[in-house]
Amino acid sequence: MLDPREINARLERILLTVQKPGRYTGGELNQVVKDWDSVTTRVALVFPDLYDIGVPNLGLAILYDLLNRRADTLAERAYCPWSDMESAMRAAQIPLYALESKHALADFDIIGFSLPYETLYTNLLNCLDLAGLPVLSAEREASHPLVIAGGHAAFNPEPMAPFVDAFVIGEGEEVMHEIVDVFQAWKRRGTARIDLLHALARVGGVYVPALYTASYRPDGTLSALAPNGPEAPALITKRLVAELPAPVTQFLVPNVDVVHNRVAIEIMRGCTRGCRFCHAGMITRPVRERPVEQVLQAIQSALAATGYEEVGLLSLSSSDYTNIVELVQGVSARFKGQNLSVSLPSLRIDSFSVSLMDELKELRPGGGFTLAPEAASERMRRTINKFVTTQQLLDTARDIYSHGWTTIKLYFMIGHPLESLDDVQAIADLCRAVLAEGRKVIGRKAKVNAGVSTFIPKPHTPFQWVACDTMESIGEKLALLKSTLRDPAIKLTWSEPDVTLLEAWLSRGDRRMSAVIYHAWRNGAKFDAWQEHFNIQTWYAAFAAEGLDPNFYSHRQRGLDEVLPWDHISSGVRKSYLLQDYQWSQDLRFREDCREQCFACGILPGFSDMRAGLPDDAWKCPPVKRKKRIPA
Amino acid sequence: MSDIVAPAAPEAALTRVRVTFGKVDTMRFVGNLDMHTVWERTLRRAALPLAYTKGFNPRPRFQIAASLPMGATSQCEILDIWMENPPAADEIAARLARSAPPGLLVIAAQVVPLQSPAMQTRLLSAEYEVLLPTDAPDQPELERRIVELQSAASLPRTWRGKAYDLRPLVEEIVLVEASPARLRLRLSAREGATGRPEEVLAALQLDPLSGQVQRHRLIFRED
Repeated sequence: MLDPREINARLERILLTVQKPGRYTGGELNQVVKDWDSVTTRVALVFPDLYDIGVPNLGLAILYDLLNRRADTLAERAYCPWSDMESAMRAAQIPLYALESKHALADFDIIGFSLPYETLYTNLLNCLDLAGLPVLSAEREASHPLVIAGGHAAFNPEPMAPFVDAFVIGEGEEVMHEIVDVFQAWKRRGTARIDLLHALARVGGVYVPALYTASYRPDGTLSALAPNGPEAPALITKRLVAELPAPVTQFLVPNVDVVHNRVAIEIMRGCTRGCRFCHAGMITRPVRERPVEQVLQAIQSALAATGYEEVGLLSLSSSDYTNIVELVQGVSARFKGQNLSVSLPSLRIDSFSVSLMDELKELRPGGGFTLAPEAASERMRRTINKFVTTQQLLDTARDIYSHGWTTIKLYFMIGHPLESLDDVQAIADLCRAVLAEGRKVIGRKAKVNAGVSTFIPKPHTPFQWVACDTMESIGEKLALLKSTLRDPAIKLTWSEPDVTLLEAWLSRGDRRMSAVIYHAWRNGAKFDAWQEHFNIQTWYAAFAAEGLDPNFYSHRQRGLDEVLPWDHISSGVRKSYLLQDYQWSQDLRFREDCREQCFACGILPGFSDMRAGLPDDAWKCPPVKRKKRIPA
Repeated sequence: MSDIVAPAAPEAALTRVRVTFGKVDTMRFVGNLDMHTVWERTLRRAALPLAYTKGFNPRPRFQIAASLPMGATSQCEILDIWMENPPAADEIAARLARSAPPGLLVIAAQVVPLQSPAMQTRLLSAEYEVLLPTDAPDQPELERRIVELQSAASLPRTWRGKAYDLRPLVEEIVLVEASPARLRLRLSAREGATGRPEEVLAALQLDPLSGQVQRHRLIFRED
């Protein structure tokens, strides 16, 4: 492999020929450059999308921070080069390199990929290939880096099983250290690569796909996915941290524009709302909050360290943060007059949210107000368990317009198999009704932005058994919205049905899907989340070549007794709970916020030892009668 | 810190500070638009009493005198910043130097009269030095090409799809050193009439991307 000096020399010759060369140089404020020879373990953290998307990713920022705090380890970064840079690199025979030291990725001990969404899968293959590494795990040897991956998409690792040596399921803050420790111990032993894989399989929350075999029934469904030997557990349960550690504040500050230029502070992890379509809401339980003072301190340190002019307070449901009023008042009092804008996403649809935003208004010049009703008819609201009455939404809208906002952004979801055209018509009617409220208050200035996404039945959610809506039906529903929402004051945006379809295949796939991914990548699929690259025909061709039916994955109602490709991965939420919730959805039965009442999703018994050592309010699960702990 | 922003403050309370700065290493791959953001964050980190523009979306008030071609280094760039009751110029320079990202050098700061005209409008020319690669043509050949260029009546070229004449923008070309070959270029830098060093290299039939370009001097019209 080329050394950093040679990589730098070759980069000199190509950087001025590509768009935005600042993506490929490193050297940003707050990057951590350690002496390569001063550590025993070197980790390359890769976000397999463009720099502009990867830099703001909070997950990798956390791992970068915690690995670089270890004296014996260094962590550097790499992203996917855009196609102009990729061509230039291939022509100049420059391997994918890490930005800090310009070492080739192949020189690292561990390569860790972040997989927050499925449309990055082909990019992961492309990154390995650009790094000069075999893309198949089975073809890599002891001299090659260990390739690991984690993130929300890893909760169904099967489609990527042959390419990744080990998956991390759940939160990485603690298990990342354990993986480095296991790696170092293996290095000292100097044994074969399989010995490392066995040792990793014994780490809680780590899934080593090579140690499992999938078998199928004649109808193509799984009959089992079982460990090959005693080293590998039959069920891999996600990792979680008992309490959220102090947030990252030394954010990297890129010199070129990226998608989010801001300080991002996670105020809360998990959600108690139980929306049935929401993957994140199911897999990030239980709810843990950061103390107000810790958040305020973190904002202050991060602003001083970065000079950013924007702060994002992240969570799945801001209004549910216990001390939200105190937090908002604290932010407002401490940072007023600093020309700062503060965003508070995922607000509940009620006047309380309007008063919260009002408090922050001075810190948020020009922003719109976003609400996510998701559905517009009572039947669909009950089906998806997001119950907001139309009256409540209209009252909130009126409140928002009368507090000075002129635009309301509304997010909706179409494509649930139980949804009819009447339910979609209700979305259009609701948008018009919201606009009418605005016109009453502020006249012609009132605007509505309606964003419509397409439902994907995600693994580990109560809808994991259901089929995707047909392409014809989605087309009809979108056409209805486009034709009814023609008012110039209403801006309609929607997700491309083809991209949604790919996400459905990849998120619901089994191990055989890997052949399709490999084939599609070989035929040029990459950057599938980008319109200018995505080509659905490449994927249809890949399915055909591998003899698999795409509809089998996306458009088939799965049997309730079927072995699902992700059944060996546990999010801590029991399958029986998901099944019950699925049945409730069919009965149009609403489930309350579980802060009020525990519905026994499985988190508390599954992590009872962890919970037992914590203060009562560390998790926002209500008190339940505790069973006597079984001594270990 | 709520006292630092007073958009309604009278102009008289303002101080204008001129900073000389440099761009080296990876910073030379950062374009001019992004440099504004880089400076804005540097100014915020330095916690200096910046004056903000009025209006819907207030920004700190500062101006960069001249855009620097992508890839070029420089030690002579000029930035004017407006502040309210700032500390002494040396202290400003020190704070900015501490807050600057890698590759952005803060060289000096001085207070200048509030009413002096914008630097952009006073800019006449820019002087560059270009270090050519070792495989560049020899001295007689380079000199021949320079003479040829200088004696041409016009040099029609195209930049980003627009035709223009490069010749009147080239004020001076000197071969400063023969081996390794080093050129000094003085190019017009007036508004709407800016010569680009890589265009001159191309006109000299040299690979425009192969030379290491450094800007040495900005030449301004006297007030």
